[in-house]
Amino acid sequence: MTLRIRGVRKSFGQVEVLHGIDLLAEKGEVLAVVGANGAGKSTLIKILAGAQPASEGELWLDGERLDLRSPHDAHEAGIRTVYQELTLVPELTVTENLLIGSLPRRAGLIDWAAAHRRAQELLDELGFGAVRATTKAGRLSVARQQMVEIAKALVSEPKVLVLDEPSAVLAGSDLDSLFALVRRLQERGVIVIYISHRLAEVAALANSIVVIRDGTVVATTTPAETDESELIALMAGRRLERIYPDRRPAAGDTVLSVRGLTRAGEFEDVSFELRAGEIVGLFGLVGAGRSELAHCLFGDTRPDGGSVRLDGAELQPDGPRAAIRSGLALVTEDRKRTGIVASMTVRDNIALATMRATMRGPLIDGARQGARVAGMVRRFDIRPAHSAAMRIDRLSGGNQQKAILAKWLLAGPRVLILDEPTRGVDMATRVDIYRTVDELARSGCTVLLISSDLTEVIGATDRVLVMHDGRIAGELDSAGATEDQVLARSIGEAAA
Amino acid sequence: MTSQTAPPPVEDERRTPRRQLPRLVVGGRDVTSGVGFVVALVLLVVLAAVTTENFLTEQNLTNLLRQMVTVGLLAYGMLVVILTAGIDLSVGSVVAFSGIVSAGLVADLPIPLALAVGVAAGIGFGLVNGLLIAGFDLAPFVVTLAALTTIRGLAFVYSEVPIAPEDPGFFTLGTALAGPIPVPTLIMIGVFVVGGIFLTRTPAGRAIVAIGGNRETVRLAGISVKKHLVLAYTISGTCAGLAGVILASRVGIAQPSVGVAFELDAIAACVIGGASLAGGRGSVRATLGGVIVLSLINNLLNLHGVQSFWQQVLKGLIIIAVIIVQRRSMGERA
Ligand SMILES: Nc1ncnc2c1ncn2[C@@H]1O[C@H](COP(=O)(O)OP(=O)(O)OP(=O)(O)O)[C@@H](O)[C@H]1O
Ligand SMILES: [Mg+2]
Repeated sequence: MTLRIRGVRKSFGQVEVLHGIDLLAEKGEVLAVVGANGAGKSTLIKILAGAQPASEGELWLDGERLDLRSPHDAHEAGIRTVYQELTLVPELTVTENLLIGSLPRRAGLIDWAAAHRRAQELLDELGFGAVRATTKAGRLSVARQQMVEIAKALVSEPKVLVLDEPSAVLAGSDLDSLFALVRRLQERGVIVIYISHRLAEVAALANSIVVIRDGTVVATTTPAETDESELIALMAGRRLERIYPDRRPAAGDTVLSVRGLTRAGEFEDVSFELRAGEIVGLFGLVGAGRSELAHCLFGDTRPDGGSVRLDGAELQPDGPRAAIRSGLALVTEDRKRTGIVASMTVRDNIALATMRATMRGPLIDGARQGARVAGMVRRFDIRPAHSAAMRIDRLSGGNQQKAILAKWLLAGPRVLILDEPTRGVDMATRVDIYRTVDELARSGCTVLLISSDLTEVIGATDRVLVMHDGRIAGELDSAGATEDQVLARSIGEAAA
Repeated sequence: MTSQTAPPPVEDERRTPRRQLPRLVVGGRDVTSGVGFVVALVLLVVLAAVTTENFLTEQNLTNLLRQMVTVGLLAYGMLVVILTAGIDLSVGSVVAFSGIVSAGLVADLPIPLALAVGVAAGIGFGLVNGLLIAGFDLAPFVVTLAALTTIRGLAFVYSEVPIAPEDPGFFTLGTALAGPIPVPTLIMIGVFVVGGIFLTRTPAGRAIVAIGGNRETVRLAGISVKKHLVLAYTISGTCAGLAGVILASRVGIAQPSVGVAFELDAIAACVIGGASLAGGRGSVRATLGGVIVLSLINNLLNLHGVQSFWQQVLKGLIIIAVIIVQRRSMGERA
């Protein structure tokens, strides 16, 4: 069984984004596709998934030419896709999301007991037993939703499984389950197309690696023949000297002080201090309560106990508006649901939190707003360069992320909370983001960086707080910390 | 194990990519917004001019301009609400209430004041709708459906019989002409111009558009969703109040039963203009286009003396056809 992609081109309007892609994958092969944000990876897999038609080119599977006019056609052909963006219906249970269309029936009615049992069995078998089938999908953390997405693609075993950045939201043991799963599928002869920005896992999992740059395949290689820095250079078209900036000078006075902050069922007795000009990492496994803590600090949820002080003055939990006025900003972890307004332009999105900053009388001064936005598009190298007038959901995932960061930078925050800001962001862009965050910190802004990426949470920060099960389980100085130390605390093994 | 059938070389000529014109986004560049309408409008005008004798007469054209005012005003208010992913079903009833109250008050109050009270009633109803929807987190459909019957009832409670004020001053607003153009039409155009600027160039207008796209993102950006929802329904109520007063003044008689199903015309105008009932998408200019198309259809059917029930049937079919053409020209996925 061979999957062959030949000469695939794709244009949106007048702009061609894929310029003739050729790929070949054999039975039981894990083919990694890597490339910078906007290189065209997702576009390619959408074509393979039948979600978008190619403008030109051919797809062959098992010696047969495929004519995919819809996702349904792709399913029939045995191609299953897990998209970069979550697609679950939040109001439905996990069971319904998984088995919709094939819910077991008895006497014409849905047999719920059997349905939940089947869904749970499927999850357990895949190593995602932590997810309960009876939960509503919208109540699950992003990581657990991702597991359900993967399970959904495996309800019936596909010939080809396409995973678009499946690991972006997973960490720790969840990540291990995913890798184990991919290896099992591989043994059973499934072709796995694996897209990821995490090159270490690409090296560990893939049989072969295809590098795409600006819509063209620039290299086809194997993990044995290449290394990370070469891949990064291939993707970016330039060499990156270093990833993380120098450490910052000693931090200033305490800016934010959190005392005994508690929210039942989310986190408990959380205390820490953030000082001016410092970048503090917050690591923890899924479910440790990091995002919940972030939302609470941002005034989005009310704590059950404890206090947050900004410059010594108690911060009232009066909603995001008040928090922003006090100088807080939050980049949330779920880009699609809480990060972007998909129906609006990049410009509208970037300006959203600061519309009143460029007023002339009662009206927004379009020229000034445009200039501010253009400055951000340049600063973050948001692509395409003329994207300000484009709908934001036409941008690649990584570029959307940059736009969200830009939105909050315009607000000039004193304390910036970043929840997984480099999720789905390519290496070169990450470096840009680390540099920007570093510049911000050097100019006195305080940054709380929530991340599931161990290397990043140590490399890009001055200190690391580790959360375990809703509590702060340890604090480490980034300068001397090792990944093992951080990980051990996050699973509650070592004392602080 | 695999048949290594070498796929034939790519020979088929370059398939031209499917034409994808940018969508109509408020504030976005509307380069293509004209195309669909211009075609529809030209067709309708030619059809009307060729098949009827009276279409191009001054009297008919003036009439046409006057008649589009009600649906026009309602459509702008409706657009604002639709942009937030809401709906306002109560506007037809507000038209009746505002009209009959202002007509009724003419006996006791100076005319401008009587008219102002009619508009104020619309503002009040819109405000209540908005407060209920935003404050109690109720579904717009349900709240405004309840308002539809409540306000209709109030109109009849105020007066079961039509009121026809004797003071000729009452007719001035609805019948005055500025040159060849009826004053109400100018008011409507004013609402669209100011309303367009409001939606594209003020923070509140942008917030309303953004709320329909993703209210969570908007809330986390520090913008009050509730406040802007209330504002949106208040705008719709205001437009309906204004429409009611102008209509009563134009026909010279206010009926408690007037305005049934007006909300549907208003919604149709927005949708013909490319607005999405899911919110976040819609254009002021294109909605005005929708209003004109709708009015032309009405006018055409009237001139042909089509029986009124058949008019409804034909109008429904024509609206569907226009929407399909419109969507195609906007590159929407079929
Ligand atoms: N519907 C669309 N309309 C116009 N342009 C689009 C559309 N979808 C994608 N593009 C453009 O196609 C290019 C490739 O995007 P794609 O999403 O495939 O990138 P990617 O490699 O998956 O990036 P990322 O790593 O950020 O997810 C980008 O320049 C993007 O702006
Ligand atoms: Mg992508």
